[in-house]
Formats: sequence, C-alpha cells, structure tokens
Amino acid sequence: MNVAVAKTGKGRAVSDLFASVEGRLPGPPAVIAARREAFENYERLGLPHRRLEEWKYTDLRALVSEVLPLAASPDAAALKRAADAVKAHAIAGARKLVLVDGVFAADLSDVKALGSETSLKTLRETLETDAGLLNTALTDAVIALNAAMATDGVVLSIADGAQLSAPIQIIHIATAASASSFTRSQVAIGKGARATIVESFVAAGSKAYQVNDAVLVKVGDDADVAHIRLMDDAPDAVNVTSQFVTVGANVKLNFFNMTSGAAVSRLQGFITLAGEGSELSVNGVNLLKQTEHGDTTLVVDHAVPNCVSRETFRAVIDDRAHSVFQGRIIVRPDAQKTDGKMMTRALLLSDEAEADNKPELEIFADDVSCGHGATAGALDDSLLFYLKARGLPEKQAQALLIQAFVGEAIEQIADDGLREHVIGIAERWLERRS
Amino acid sequence: MPLLEVKDLKVRVEEREILHGLTLTVNEGEVHAIMGPNGSGKSTLSHVIAGKPGYEVTDGQILFRGEDLLEMDPHERAAKGVFLAFQYPVEIPGVTTMNFLRTALNAQRKARGESELMVPDFLKKVREVSKSLNIPQDMLKRGVNVGFSGGEKKRNEVLQMALFEPSLCILDEMDSGLDIDALRIAADGVNALRSPKRAMVVITHYQRLLNYIVPDVVHVMSKGRVVKSGGKELALELEASGYAQFEDAA
Repeated sequence: MNVAVAKTGKGRAVSDLFASVEGRLPGPPAVIAARREAFENYERLGLPHRRLEEWKYTDLRALVSEVLPLAASPDAAALKRAADAVKAHAIAGARKLVLVDGVFAADLSDVKALGSETSLKTLRETLETDAGLLNTALTDAVIALNAAMATDGVVLSIADGAQLSAPIQIIHIATAASASSFTRSQVAIGKGARATIVESFVAAGSKAYQVNDAVLVKVGDDADVAHIRLMDDAPDAVNVTSQFVTVGANVKLNFFNMTSGAAVSRLQGFITLAGEGSELSVNGVNLLKQTEHGDTTLVVDHAVPNCVSRETFRAVIDDRAHSVFQGRIIVRPDAQKTDGKMMTRALLLSDEAEADNKPELEIFADDVSCGHGATAGALDDSLLFYLKARGLPEKQAQALLIQAFVGEAIEQIADDGLREHVIGIAERWLERRS
Repeated sequence: MPLLEVKDLKVRVEEREILHGLTLTVNEGEVHAIMGPNGSGKSTLSHVIAGKPGYEVTDGQILFRGEDLLEMDPHERAAKGVFLAFQYPVEIPGVTTMNFLRTALNAQRKARGESELMVPDFLKKVREVSKSLNIPQDMLKRGVNVGFSGGEKKRNEVLQMALFEPSLCILDEMDSGLDIDALRIAADGVNALRSPKRAMVVITHYQRLLNYIVPDVVHVMSKGRVVKSGGKELALELEASGYAQFEDAA
C-alpha cells in the first residue's frame, strides 16, 4: 500500500483525525514522537483489506465505512450511565477497573480493594516515564493506529507468588455515540502467581461507536491464570482488539473469549509459549446474528519444547452473519515434543449464514503431535424432533441444542461463578433471538 | 369418544405412498399391539401420529379426543398427552438428562396453562421413578442418552413416560436391540403405567414383547393397512404361522 492510496478515502479520515487530536494524546515529547512514527506506519499500510492474507475474510476497509473522531471526555450524565453499566455487567466479587470512552475512571473502579500484591497504574501515568508500551513485536495497521491514538489503559502488575482470590475485571464502557476510543493495557503476572483477569466490553446507551484495544500480557513461570474476555458491544459497534501474550515456563493459562455483540469485530491474539512445560488452553464462542461479522484470529507460537496447546472454538451464526476463525499453530525448530491441537465448529442457523475456518499448521520440528479439525453444519433435525416430541417449541428446542453446542467451549472455564456468568450472556443472546 | 381415531389415513414419503388408508380406533385404558413385517408402515404410523417432518398426509384424519392432531405442531401434541417412545432414542451431548426432563416437563405444563413444577418436587419424582426403573442417579447427570446402552436408552424413554404422564403412549419397536433382562425391566416399567385413563399402542415385529406387555387388541399390518384385528391370541397365531398369509391377503 503506497502513501498516495493510503491517503485517499478512509486513510484521509484518520489522517485528519490524528492531526486534530495530537494535542489531546497523553505522553511527553518522546512518546508523541513514537506515536507520530506509529501513525506514519499506519498511513503507509492503510486500513487492512482483503488482499492482505491475514485480513482475507475481514476486509476492514470495506466493513468500516469511516473512522470516527476520538470520543470526547465523558460528561456527568455519561458517567452516570457508565456507573449503571458497571452495576449491570460486574462479576460478583470482582475488583473492577473501568475505562469510559477510553479513559480510566478511578471513581468507578475498585483501586483500593486491589490489595498490596497488585500494583496499578494507568497508561497515561506509565507513558510519562516509559514509551515502551507503545511497541509491540508485531505491527499491522490497526495495531499501529492503536499505538498512535491510545488515550489510556490499565497497567497491572501482579506480584510473584500472589494468590488472588477475587477476579480483576477490566470493564470498557462506551457512552459516546459515533466516536472511537483507543485503549492499550498491560497485565504482568508474577512467577507462581494465581489470578483471574476478565475483560468486558459494553455500551452505556451509545451507538455506532468504534473500539480499538490492545493488551500486552506477560505470564511469569509457574503461574496459573484464567483470562476471560467478554465482548458484548452494541449491535452497531466496531471492536478490533489485538492481544500479545508471552507465556513463561510451567504455566497454566486458560483463555476464553465470547463475542456476542458488535456489527464488526476482530480479536487477533498472538500467543508465544516462551517457557517449557506450559499448558495453554484457548477457547472461544462467537454468537452472531443479522449482518454481524465476527473474526477470531489466533497465532499460537510454540517457541520452546514440551508445551501443550488446545484451542476449542464454537461459532453460532444466524441470519446473514459471518464468522471467521483463523488459527495458526507455529512449532519452531527447537520446540520438540510440542502437543498442539485446535478444533473449530460452526453452527449455521440460516441458509445465508457464513463461516470461514482457516486452520494452519507451520511445523519446523520433527517430534511433535499437532492437529486441527473444522466442521460447519446446521442443527440436527433428528435431535430437534426428539425435543419437540417431548414438548419443546421449535425455538426452545433450538436454544437447548445451541446451549449444548457452545457449552463444549464454555465448560473450559473452571470457575463456577464465571462460567455461570458467561452462560447467562449466552442465554440472553438466545432470548433476544426468539 | 375414543382417545385416538385414525381414519382412512394415506401417507406418502417423497413420492411413495406408505399408508394406503389405515383405520384404527383406540379407547382410554386399552393396550393395542400393532404387528407386521418390516416395511408394512408400522413406524410410519407412529411418526405421523407424533408429527415427525418428512411425511405427507394425502388423505384421512387423525383425531385425538376429537381434535385434529394433524393441525398441531409436535410440541402441542406432546402437551396434549401424545408420547412416542422412540425405536432409536437420539443422543444429545451437552444437555444433561435432568435438565432435559425438567425443561420438557415444564414446557408441557406451560402449554397446558399449569404452573412450573418446583425443583424439589421434580427431583423427588425423578428419583422415585428412576429408582423403580433401575436407572442410576449419575446417569441423569450425563448428556441425554450419551454413552447409554440400548437397554438404558429404552428405560430412559419409559422414565419420560412416567414423568410426563401422557394419555397415549406409542411404543415403537421397544424390544429392538434389547436382551431378555433389559426387555423385562422396560416392560415392567410400562406395565406399571397401565391405567384406565391411559392407552398404549405397542408396535412390534415379534410376539416376544407381548408376553411381557399383554395387549387387549392385536392388529396385523401389511402393506400400509390393518388387515386383521383380534384378541391377544392373534399374536400367538402369528408367531406360529408367520406374516406370509397376510402379505398375500393385502
């Protein structure tokens, strides 16, 4: 993509946007310089389109008709709506960290309750002394744009050996309509620590907004981590999230994503197994209806020997919705005894629903066990008839089978309370359907 | 009024007519056996009564307590009291038997304008019935029929029959795939449900099942029609002489 093309059409809109908000972006001159560089990267690349292999099924340039202006700071009424949204979406017992329209809201957050083993700074504070957070190992256009525009985020550090009993829930709330927010967060989990991190994306009365989030996760040796992401944005929103995860040795990491909102969404996860003996479980559910487009793109990189990775994905696709799953497992030359498997299944509830599954194995070691599987199909008529013959109306019979279908991914969440919370989101999605 | 009246029923599957004008009347409290060779249309009849898609009724009527059953969706028929015990009960991974039983029972009650059964009452009832059918409690926590043996699947059908308390039970080849012990347990369960208010239609190829579930009336089906009806002794007669005579008759 050359500069001339990037500056036309949608490229132009963002370019104007950056110039107009540069003064509002946090950070000392060195950080602003890094942002400008990131933005130039973005300009050079342009919004991703279908001729880029990684974005083949998610032509952002076609799907996102315009890049919206940066959201203004929320006013009192917006903060009141946000407070109500926090109540509605909080997980019982969780320590809440709230970002409203891309800015950390201390008043809505449980900062003091975090305890001494968890340190919290905002991205804003961190950038005063360190521009490093704006760098990532891999850059595409949306990641570059995020580095250029990120207004805030949480920078969490969980001490070595900490055994956190309460989940930490980062809640992204959109209150501004027709505006975009850019957030970037970091979660560093110490050696031998045990923690549960939940990320929630919800709307508080806002419509047609755009979210571009980036998360950097570092998991120390011997840690035991559950990481759950619940993307339940407004039906006309756009959410593009990039996650960079580095996993140490002998770690247990259980990641789960649920996409149950947004007109256009993409979660791209880049997970590197950098220490031996770790077990990675990555699971997800897409619940899509109408013309929604939901993309989960994962790269699991086995950089060292003796790690296990498991990926279980389920997509439920209704109406004219489109679900994308791209899963790549890379096994580096040294990563012998790697055991990596992924399975993705799509349930098509209408003739016009579409599923694209692209599993890829890139194996450079010779003593490994890797595999993948993908299926797509409709609900089984014989099961539906059995349930109907027992008194369930059509929609209820379908709902029961859909719950069972997604249950295979949801049951990977070990914590009873969290699992019930996620099942509740799926149930509400099914109720909206009938 | 009869509980079930099938009048001159003609049914096609794709372009082929399977039932060519079948008539059958079942009153409350009666147990009818329908016997016949493979391909005589026995299972088609049971599927059409339950409302399975894929069958085209071209002529005739099915009345249930005088109401047109063919106008009702399968779930409405179930709520009215029609129960089909499947020849091959399906496996439903991810839906526990307990959840399935409760959801189905409450859906039927809701359709009848009754209140939902409270959980403790429901659990008590399930425990009682499953105990009498020799169904272990841990089976109820597993996916519906997942990993069940043939006998366990059939007992699960009888368990549902006992819980839902239908007024018409259609047992489609209940004996298929069962050894004699499994058959006896399932049949005992069925016999315990015989009542003056409930009718049963037992569909079977073999006379053997009728030693355990003794019918009031036996019908012989051949080539899509009932060709002979009689008392329980008709089943024994068939056992001795086979179906060939009726195939010729039809």
